[in-house]
Amino acid sequence: MGEVILKMKGIDKSFPGVHALKNVELELRRGEVHALMGENGAGKSTLMKVLTGIYSKDAGSIIYEGKEVEFTSPRESQDAGISIVHQELNMMNHLTVAQNIFIGRERMKGKLINDREMEREAAKLFERLKISIDPGETMGRMTVGKQQMCEIAKAISKDAKVIVFDEPTAALTDAEISDLFEIIRDLRSKNIGIIYISHRMDEIKRITDRVTVMRDGEYVGTLVTAESTKDDIINMMVGRVVYEDPKEKSSVPPNAPVVLKVEHLNAGKMVRDVSFELHKGEILGFSGLMGAGRTETARALFGADKKESGDIYINGRKVEIKSPQDAVKYGIGYLSEDRKRYGCIVGKSVAENTTMACLEKFMSGIFINKKKERETAQKYVDELKTKTPSVDQMVRNLSGGNQQKVVIAKWLARDCDILIFDEPTRGIDVGAKSEIYALMNELVKAGKSIIMISSELTEVLRMSDRIVVMCEGRKTGEIPIEKATQESIMHAATLRE
Amino acid sequence: MKAKNSLGTQKLAAVIALVVLFVFFSIFGEGFLQYSTVISIFDSLYYIGFMAIGVTFVIITGGIDLSIGTVCICCALIGGTLFQKGVPMALCLIIILVIGALFGLANGLMVSVMGLPAFIATLGTMMITRGLGSIVTNTASVTFPTGDAEGAWYKSIFKLQSQNLPDSMLAGIPTGFILLIVLAVVMAVILNKTRSGRYILALGSNKEATRLSGVNVVKWETLAFVISGLFAALAGISYAAIYPTLMPGTGNGFELDAIAGVVIGGTSLSGGVGSISGTLIGVFIMAVLKTGLPFVGLQPHYQLFITGFVLIFAVFMDVLNRRKRG
Repeated sequence: MGEVILKMKGIDKSFPGVHALKNVELELRRGEVHALMGENGAGKSTLMKVLTGIYSKDAGSIIYEGKEVEFTSPRESQDAGISIVHQELNMMNHLTVAQNIFIGRERMKGKLINDREMEREAAKLFERLKISIDPGETMGRMTVGKQQMCEIAKAISKDAKVIVFDEPTAALTDAEISDLFEIIRDLRSKNIGIIYISHRMDEIKRITDRVTVMRDGEYVGTLVTAESTKDDIINMMVGRVVYEDPKEKSSVPPNAPVVLKVEHLNAGKMVRDVSFELHKGEILGFSGLMGAGRTETARALFGADKKESGDIYINGRKVEIKSPQDAVKYGIGYLSEDRKRYGCIVGKSVAENTTMACLEKFMSGIFINKKKERETAQKYVDELKTKTPSVDQMVRNLSGGNQQKVVIAKWLARDCDILIFDEPTRGIDVGAKSEIYALMNELVKAGKSIIMISSELTEVLRMSDRIVVMCEGRKTGEIPIEKATQESIMHAATLRE
Repeated sequence: MKAKNSLGTQKLAAVIALVVLFVFFSIFGEGFLQYSTVISIFDSLYYIGFMAIGVTFVIITGGIDLSIGTVCICCALIGGTLFQKGVPMALCLIIILVIGALFGLANGLMVSVMGLPAFIATLGTMMITRGLGSIVTNTASVTFPTGDAEGAWYKSIFKLQSQNLPDSMLAGIPTGFILLIVLAVVMAVILNKTRSGRYILALGSNKEATRLSGVNVVKWETLAFVISGLFAALAGISYAAIYPTLMPGTGNGFELDAIAGVVIGGTSLSGGVGSISGTLIGVFIMAVLKTGLPFVGLQPHYQLFITGFVLIFAVFMDVLNRRKRG
């Protein structure tokens, strides 16, 4: 490891309703691979966005190569030598590899673009990285792994001194991961500083020199990887003081009837032969890493995506669910992880959103009874303690937690018995989180059943009566809450084929 | 409430523009302010007005219907041809409306079931209907009955003319205006007070969220296109009532006038927001311009020139409004 190339100190950043970063620090040396770890929503990506100038910071300083800097755009940070390899690939699929790598700084021959020169340079880059990719190939025709390599090549081609990898292995196969690590080691030997964001503990041990852990937008600490154990890191990530202790035993009576049974569900690559049962009054946690196929399973079950095969039984009766309409008819409600896109209609009012799934209950003849609609919406606003000036308020103007309550109200108004909560507290403040938790507990007490998909282990352990773990589209574990630990879940979540 | 407010400001601006225009022409246009002028304003706006009311629904879904102009003429040509072949007028009118609705249904299915972009699907229908009009009529023009001829009664749906009228009203009684207003009210009620309207607004705002709420978005999106087709056919009838000789291969461009009216009235092309009253105001602005400009010594083609500015200005107001809301 060389001298310090980058130092972030006292970084603070707030968004309306969320304090995303609180006094965060990070130090990176030349020739170091530095892991940035934390649960989803810990603030890692936000910190990187502050570094690369996508967000402006509210307070704190960034010292880069000995000088205080403040980048106002990704372009500026790139020019200074900080590149980021994003988790989602930002590639133009119709252009060639070389055209993608040199986008925005095309090699020219007079007034015309010199494609041949760019392909030559790209080929040289790939040679340096020891990977075989044809620079003239169309980007969209390559595997995700190769596309990722192209992103890396692009980052390097800009003479980067610092490269940020944001969960680079999420979509890679084992062989590709090995290749990637080869490249990272090579970059390290060339004295480039590398920030490596990942959830995968084994990778951290394999490739990184130091680890900085974040939790709830705060800096927790920095460890030297070789001197620390997996448990040290996990403990720092999880922090034992979280809101409430994990649930100790299931609150579902042993003779509770099965309300939903899914058998051998198949839908694309992400849902492979998934079977499970949901009992009345149960919260069934769905755990797993990013991309494990949990959301896909829920969407296939709900009829939002096509399923290839599989049987669904509701209260013991086999049902055909081909569309969300069917699912709603059978009393299933789905609360999407992406509320603004799939959960509520942000351009419409609280009242209109509340009645969206059961408008037929609010009809007087052919007309919508708006008085009754508003009364019902108001009833749920009171019951769920939704903070809104009125039921006529547009959902856009509510905070994340309150938007979630509007979606819950929608399914309660429809009187759904089975609710699928997909990441119910993502992007929601700590305070509002406990309210959502309390609400979910009340719902199961009232006889509803809940499937809860969550990437936060503490949330899964706190809320679930039973936990289904998925990895790469398959169910890799089913753990009663009495036996569940973070370790046992993580173990199942990384059971690759 | 904010959605309504933002729609409200643009609509208000449109109303003010309409009043200003009318006052301007009344003061500076010699002979503008008289009964016959009002009638000719009405005459010139019926067909655009009906089309605009219908296409408002499609635009609210976030789609577009480019075929209304040619569907309007095509339906009228088919109806007129049938009448010449001896089919009673009443039946002809019904057939015209049914054919229009069927073209709308075809558009709707292409968009909502087959997944074609609305622009492409309706562009195709636009070409098909334009061609079909020529095929059916064998490229000859079709003349609807006028005066006291048999079957000419349908004209009084839109304009009641009679020798018995007092001199001051010789230009006719604009019954079509009453029909336009009545239908506008009915469609406004459907849009704002019924489930179909609510779902059309909702799916225009966020189609996926609406679908995931268990709403049959295919059905309601298709319905919007059917309404559009039906009103295009009605526009065809009103067109034939005012301009009885129809040429095949025409109708192109009507749709853009109608869409301009809708947009000036505050309906957003990105969907989810819109009103029928706004659409009517938008259409009126264009009609007043068209009729009024000759009175201040400008030829009607200045209408296009000025309408273009009005359109850009109106939408820019909307964009500004949106930006303010962030």
